[in-house]
Amino acid sequence: MITNVLTYLKRAAQTAPEQCALADQSQSLTYGQVWRTACSIGGELHRRLKGCRNRPILVSIDRRAAVPVAFLGVTCSGNFYVPLDLTLPEKRLRDIYSTMKPAAILLAAAENAPLPFAQCPVLSMADLPDEPDYALADRTIAEGLDTDPLYCIFTSGSTGVPKGVLVSHRSVIDMAEQFTAAFGFDTTAVFGNQAPFDFDVSVKDIYIALRNAASVQVLEKPLFLMPKRLIARLNERRVNTLIWAAAAMKILSALRTFDSVRPLYLRQVMFSGELLPCKVLNDWRAHMPEARYVNLYGPTEITCNCTYYIVDRPYADDEILPIGKPFVNSGVFLCSGSEEVTAPGVIGELCVRGTCLALGYYENPEKTAEAFCQNPLHSAYPERIYRTGDLAKRLPDGNLLFVGRADSQVKHMGHRIELGEIEVAANALPSVHYACCLHDAAREKLILFCQAEENDSKALLQQLKAALPDYMLPNRVVFLEQMPANRTGKIDRALLRQQYINNKE
Amino acid sequence: MEELIQILEGCCPDVDFEKETALIDDGILTSLDVVMIVGELNEAYDIAITVDALEPENFNSAEAIYALVERLRCE
Repeated sequence: MITNVLTYLKRAAQTAPEQCALADQSQSLTYGQVWRTACSIGGELHRRLKGCRNRPILVSIDRRAAVPVAFLGVTCSGNFYVPLDLTLPEKRLRDIYSTMKPAAILLAAAENAPLPFAQCPVLSMADLPDEPDYALADRTIAEGLDTDPLYCIFTSGSTGVPKGVLVSHRSVIDMAEQFTAAFGFDTTAVFGNQAPFDFDVSVKDIYIALRNAASVQVLEKPLFLMPKRLIARLNERRVNTLIWAAAAMKILSALRTFDSVRPLYLRQVMFSGELLPCKVLNDWRAHMPEARYVNLYGPTEITCNCTYYIVDRPYADDEILPIGKPFVNSGVFLCSGSEEVTAPGVIGELCVRGTCLALGYYENPEKTAEAFCQNPLHSAYPERIYRTGDLAKRLPDGNLLFVGRADSQVKHMGHRIELGEIEVAANALPSVHYACCLHDAAREKLILFCQAEENDSKALLQQLKAALPDYMLPNRVVFLEQMPANRTGKIDRALLRQQYINNKE
Repeated sequence: MEELIQILEGCCPDVDFEKETALIDDGILTSLDVVMIVGELNEAYDIAITVDALEPENFNSAEAIYALVERLRCE
């Protein structure tokens, strides 16, 4: 039984040392090279950190093939990695740093912003010696547990502080095994990696490829601005598998890419992150009918995905794609209060149980207890489940359909965002008295309503940029003389929605 | 030009379109910004910007975008 993802890497390095593991625009790394470099990084971290284990190591990321190698190097040292995008605002970086209190920072990106708050050792991947410690990797495989953490990925938090989702080897191994079984991946798969490495969609590319000694082609961000170049790259590198955020599929379709060019080798196209409109799906299917299309569902807390739906019939543009049925070894049920909902058509909160559950939120016992709780359907023995906060219903054919959120979390351009986090950031600005953020899903816009001393939206957005990642910046700011309040004195969100979103046009 | 700047600022209120000259090369515009801008321009000027026109030199500045729109309107 495999208990450490390094076993996947070691196996691939032994059976297919010359096979391309990871490549980007300018570099291609074989499994032999990845294994050697990971063991060198692991050895150096082990020496520098005096053999500590199961401690967080922040890894700076960009869109290069070397980044997952750094992750595997951290794994080899017996510690876990926290991908860190150094282009995020400093406040967010500080929040992540102070939550993790890392043992070290490993600079894997080509360009790294200064980290004035870092108190721990900072190592640059470029300066590490090429001295692989293969014995250390073997020790880590032999002595590590599959319940030990592999990575921590941050998501938006409603109180303004992002939450670090901590995931074990075991959950990732289960994901890679179940995906391989469900969709038949093998060594000939070439993944076109679209998702950034601090986004759990990318976990699938990395570990399904490792599991199968397959290849990952890292697609740099600017390609998505120039779809013609993107398609040329996909064809040049013979990419046949896309596991993408639905938002990226929407971009190519919105820019009418396939009117001029199209990918030639696609076998499987899998998408997640938000509901893919059937109009977009139909555009892809019309131009690439030979590929299999799969709708994937699941939050970071259950290790990528817990349900899938293979598109097996034509869908009209205005139909809604189901999220399907659970993967083998994932349990999914709908809950209303502490009662299970089984009848078709009845809405309940989607709950998940099984090996796919994350270990919890790092250094956050309250939020962990709220979301990862005892199965409400019984108290006979301890069984942890994850409450997704997503509302769903069962269709007559047994497939599940996503219907909305139970709270104010939204999906905006593929990113999971707590509106509360934007409001906390806006309320923290000295000129703002009251702030309320709403999501206009139809127009894909975040609208910030403010009662403020100065009505200057450009200045306000500039200030917000210091606290929020770009994808959380409101697309529009509306200044109000007086923020509407409901009877209990709370901001009247329903009224704002009625006046500014539903009433438009 | 003024009208174009207004449309662009409507899409990305935090970008200074009058000053920036490397909107694509410096990574100021995201792919989603480009989608929004292309959609708005197609509608406002009744043109069809195809992927062949989606090259950095056509989108690096408001002037370049203006030139592209003018070119497509004449076609």
